[in-house]
Amino acid sequence: MIEVQNISKSFADKKVLQNISVTFETGKTNLIIGQSGSGKTVLMKLLVGLIEVDEGNIFFDGRNFTVMDFKERKNVRKEFGMVFQGGALFDSLTVLENVVFPLNVFSNMSKSEKIDRAQFCLKRVNLENAGHLYPSEISGGMKKRVAIARAIALNPKYLFCDEPNSGLDPQTSIVIDNLIKEITDEYQMTTIINTHDMNSVMEIGDKIVFIYKGSKLWEGSKHDIMQSECDELNDFIFASEFTRLIKKHF
Amino acid sequence: MHLLLYHIGRYVLLLKKVFSRPEKGRVYLNQTLDELVTIGFNSVGIVVIISIFMGAVITLQTAYNIENPLIPIYLIGLGTRDSMILEFSSTVVGLVLAGKVGSNIASEIGTMRVTEQIDALEIMGINSASFLILPKILAAVIFFPFLTVISMFVGIFGGWAAGVLTGAVSSTAFIYGLQYAFVPFYVVYALIKTIVFAFIIVSVSAYEGYYCQGGALEVGRASTRAVVYSSLVILLFNVIITQLLLAK
Ligand SMILES: Nc1ncnc2c1ncn2[C@@H]1O[C@H](COP(=O)(O)OP(=O)(O)OP(=O)(O)O)[C@@H](O)[C@H]1O
Ligand SMILES: [Mg+2]
Repeated sequence: MIEVQNISKSFADKKVLQNISVTFETGKTNLIIGQSGSGKTVLMKLLVGLIEVDEGNIFFDGRNFTVMDFKERKNVRKEFGMVFQGGALFDSLTVLENVVFPLNVFSNMSKSEKIDRAQFCLKRVNLENAGHLYPSEISGGMKKRVAIARAIALNPKYLFCDEPNSGLDPQTSIVIDNLIKEITDEYQMTTIINTHDMNSVMEIGDKIVFIYKGSKLWEGSKHDIMQSECDELNDFIFASEFTRLIKKHF
Repeated sequence: MHLLLYHIGRYVLLLKKVFSRPEKGRVYLNQTLDELVTIGFNSVGIVVIISIFMGAVITLQTAYNIENPLIPIYLIGLGTRDSMILEFSSTVVGLVLAGKVGSNIASEIGTMRVTEQIDALEIMGINSASFLILPKILAAVIFFPFLTVISMFVGIFGGWAAGVLTGAVSSTAFIYGLQYAFVPFYVVYALIKTIVFAFIIVSVSAYEGYYCQGGALEVGRASTRAVVYSSLVILLFNVIITQLLLAK
């Protein structure tokens, strides 16, 4: 469980996030949605400590991450897995080496154990035959899946995914969404996903948090979202003709 | 001025990060060995080629400038030797390496920055600055002196070959000049310069890459800046070191 208490962040004079409080529960897929530029990536980077908060606290199962030093954070970070917006695979390493990398850093496994574990994770994302390829040799969807395999290599307790299916076709997106959902259930992780894809919202949104211009305006589950009374949220969800049509027949 | 101070401050902070909290030692060893190949070994070719031609040109120019029959012809060998050792094999080679290695480092690290690979390292609790930059600094500082020595030998050979082939100087006179009034400290001076230049090239280029923001265009700009600034800093330190070491 991750508890976020009253966090705010500004860059120079620009307020990017204001006073956000929210709880992300264990074993659930928590979605952060909002327009481009609303602050989703910044929020996620605050959670993992890539950017420091100006105010507020973040607790990982009761541990206050905000006040920790580098070493203490490293202990918590062992339990993190993160899928970046662009995949962020290491170009100079093969797919298999990418997945082995976090194991090299954190685990005391033998070389063959690490490779077995990496192969297992690649199999989990249906890429068991791509281990020898370099990131430049695989498709965007495959990169995302490798990034997921790398993120789950250490059996994380907390999984962060920044737009895991942006730039992918709807079918591949759903495959990736469901993969994340399955893994979350299977290992009882606390999963947080940034997205602006309504398909994802309706497919795997156990909990949905709507960020609008840096503030949290709404939260609920995929079952509540169709009836929400929040105007900004409705403008966001029902932005296209297609979604308005769905709402009419709902 | 404000901006210059800002960059110098941030550069110093980055270096502090590079030299603190090393990760597992073995990882560094492997990385450094890899970098020795990419940064050092892969530069041998270009250093050999430019050195041969530079040595040849120095010899020919010296030969054509000696018109006074009172000036002994062996001075051509001496001139080639001292020009190569004092300036070309360290400074000019340094500038060429700034172009080759510097742009390479800035674009590599810059790409890692804009594609969030550096964030991915940080999230694993890795000191990304140290992990990425320290092996490159070590590799350059270890290998560049060899490049300088190679450049000295090859350059002098190029001078000898050009002099003898064009008939500007006889082989015996050239070789006599090479041995005449040799100051071993000049070699030490050149090697000290090389080590300083190696550090400058890698750290300045890495700085440009590490703080790159934006996309592919920005990476390109960072790599251009890396070459320009590391060259400027090299020229500046060339003057400083020369004043410190050679001034009587
Ligand atoms: N390092 C930074 N310095 C200054 N401003 C920043 C920085 N990072 C983000 N911002 C600003 O914060 C705002 C929110 O950016 P963020 O990347 O979180 O948006 P996002 O919701 O993830 O958008 P997208 O869906 O396009 O990824 C933007 O206006 C951006 O310009
Ligand atoms: Mg984003």
